[in-house]
Amino acid sequence: MMTQAMSAMFEALRQKFDQKVQSVRADREDEIYLLLGDPDIRPITEYLRGEFGARLVTVFAEDRRATEGVFFNYYVLEQKGSAQYLIVRAPVRADSLEFPSLSAELPSVNWQEREIQDWFGLKAVGHPNPRRVALHDNWPDVYPLRKDFPIETVLPPFKGERHIYRPAFGEGVLQVPVGPVHAGIIEPGHFNFAVAGEPILYLQLRMFYTHKGTEKLFEKLPIHKAVFLAESISGDSSFSHGTAFCQAIERAASIEVPLRGLVVRTILLELERICNHVADIGAIATDVGFVIANAHASRLKETMVTLNEQLTGSRLLRGMVCVGGVRRGWDAAQLDALRTAVESFAREFQDLISLIDRSESTRDRLEQTGVLRPDKARDLGIVGVGGRASGVDLDVRRDHPYAAYSRYSFRVPVYQAGDVWHRMQVRVDEVNESIGILRKAMADGLQREFRVPVPAIPSDRCALSAVEGWRGEIIHWIRTGPDNRLQRCKIKDPSLNNWPAVVEAVQGNIIADFPVINKSFNLSYSGTDR
Amino acid sequence: MFKILQKTVSTGIVTVNYPAEPAKISERFRGRPSFDFDKWKDARPAAEVCPTGAISLSDTGDSRKVIVDYGLCVFCGLCAEASSDQAVRITQEFELATSDRRNLVLTAEYTLNADHTHGGLRRVDRQLVNAETDVESLGQKARETIQKILGRSLAIREVDAGSCNGCELEIVALNNPVHDIERFGIQFVASPRHADMLLVTGPVTRNMELALLKTYRAMAEPKVVVAVGACGISGGIFGENYASLGSVDKVLPVDVYIPGCPPRPQALLHGILLAVGRLAERLHNDRAG
Ligand code: SF4
Repeated sequence: MMTQAMSAMFEALRQKFDQKVQSVRADREDEIYLLLGDPDIRPITEYLRGEFGARLVTVFAEDRRATEGVFFNYYVLEQKGSAQYLIVRAPVRADSLEFPSLSAELPSVNWQEREIQDWFGLKAVGHPNPRRVALHDNWPDVYPLRKDFPIETVLPPFKGERHIYRPAFGEGVLQVPVGPVHAGIIEPGHFNFAVAGEPILYLQLRMFYTHKGTEKLFEKLPIHKAVFLAESISGDSSFSHGTAFCQAIERAASIEVPLRGLVVRTILLELERICNHVADIGAIATDVGFVIANAHASRLKETMVTLNEQLTGSRLLRGMVCVGGVRRGWDAAQLDALRTAVESFAREFQDLISLIDRSESTRDRLEQTGVLRPDKARDLGIVGVGGRASGVDLDVRRDHPYAAYSRYSFRVPVYQAGDVWHRMQVRVDEVNESIGILRKAMADGLQREFRVPVPAIPSDRCALSAVEGWRGEIIHWIRTGPDNRLQRCKIKDPSLNNWPAVVEAVQGNIIADFPVINKSFNLSYSGTDR
Repeated sequence: MFKILQKTVSTGIVTVNYPAEPAKISERFRGRPSFDFDKWKDARPAAEVCPTGAISLSDTGDSRKVIVDYGLCVFCGLCAEASSDQAVRITQEFELATSDRRNLVLTAEYTLNADHTHGGLRRVDRQLVNAETDVESLGQKARETIQKILGRSLAIREVDAGSCNGCELEIVALNNPVHDIERFGIQFVASPRHADMLLVTGPVTRNMELALLKTYRAMAEPKVVVAVGACGISGGIFGENYASLGSVDKVLPVDVYIPGCPPRPQALLHGILLAVGRLAERLHNDRAG
């Protein structure tokens, strides 16, 4: 049942932490739960990271006071070379409300621990910067993800400061606040730059402007409606988040999606990747003045979005994925349109890339700009495109195969330079790999059945689901409830991990380069804020 | 350089001529669900599956009121799939923008049979969606307004007040070579001070309420406000909750509503051109008064 690497790890854990570990439970082959008797996970994460090179994927909380008398924190870990996720579940007592913080050693969970503080009223003891993050400073003391907080609560008008930024000191040091409303057509967030002349000394971020109660709302909607909420976590990743959500339900209820459904999902996941990557390549070019490249890129994107509509009825691929598979099959005309569009895209994409490659000035502007060093990327837990451009060799499609990915071989591009140029290069390579995956998938799994009927979803089952969205690692974790509803739905968009990368990459660059550096990560504010 | 020119020349003109010519869209596109109220024998299955409550029912005694609100609709098509009587059909209509929120709402009243299916249609209130203008001439009129009255360009300030970024993707697409909104002299601008139109997406979050108001206040009169997408019109799937205020018109006076989730670029353009008409009226009134 367990891979060898993992079972060695469990054996070691059991011997070493005999007192701490209450039980081990394999909910599924690739999803192992380790239940602790106390909240202190530090020795375990330290040991797993040190001895086994494990990576902490995400941390989140659940209010189980009504049934088990305590809150729980969940720490999701993975180990290179193993498809399994290890989920450590640690109780947080309802009278003390305290859990030890990992953020000092693991800056990657900085925001996630603070989110637990803000939303559950638990305290991350020893957190280096325990200020609010997910609720702004002017919010009253409410804990919206506790079970006794009704989602409909209408809060009184807010008073007081939204956020106090650290002052910048030193001769000639200036603070430049930008946002939350920006110059372009982009999502809202606040950036506070400390600059000395041109170069940026440091950047402080204020996100969560678009926080709209999404995780709480998942606890209210019936599952078949919640699929549409999942599609609205981050519009540019509608299909990835929709799929992550449906997969979670399928795992919890042991629903097997027929091969055709898995292949169609794979095709649409890759089309979503292509659409966003080509748009980003164009947008990065625009930010350094190469507008012709963007004209071509945005036209190419438009042709692929038009294809999306032919395949799913929606330019954003909405309303296609469902629990049990996909809602519709494709007829011959649609399959034909798919093949033609992919092949003509493949040709035009090469033209676009050679256009960019020939532009020395573009390359000059992008190389060495916004560098995120590999050691920093690793420490900060950066995932997805931003991670792979800085040596972080992760890709859920390869590491934890889902949909039909195990049927196709593809390469995961990894670079060490960590600048804007290489973040663009990762996208270029990935588009080419996607075209390869699409060619194989189009000739695969042509059975008729694309969906299975969905039985009543059993209550009180937990499941973790992971998808490599075009931006990076998406995690959904659910606990089902009675009446076709969920008790908890945790959403981790890769954007949540990756904001610290932007902060790191802009340091020492000039403010004028901020837009292109920011664009090269292209994080989702809505995915972050939920 | 030669390579660039070659690429540009070989691509040719890709810009569409909407709205002077009808939009070419896939027959698979899911637009407005249409309801044959006479034929509809049971609204319950559709209301049951509708993810946002765009179809809602209230039964009292032996009668049922059915409300369809296109302002909430996310165009998923589930209602048509769920209704076995063929009374609900998905069309390719997308020109749903209107200046009156009530135009997006249909109501029907039925008498009920013992099994709660519909007996007879008592009354139907069918404000026709988009009854206000003929679409083909909209672009020409807007162009004239922009050139003659506004001095050649119309400036739009876009504010995401809490969206999922889906609407932003389609608004950005208005600037691509295919939809090319600049052919009407319409531009997106950074400063609210230079803007004639405020285009707002998203359910308005508690955290964006103030920034949205400030942007609106910074704009000079006369100005128009356009609420984009199901969320902007009604709160959409997010609705109202501890973190979301819901519709844009809770915070600002809205001149034009553009349904969609998100509205496709042509639907956005249609709504924006309608809003240019509203702006022209306002300018005219200001001058006359
Ligand atoms: S198409 Fe609109 S009305 Fe029909 S179920 Fe979907 S959201 Fe509801």
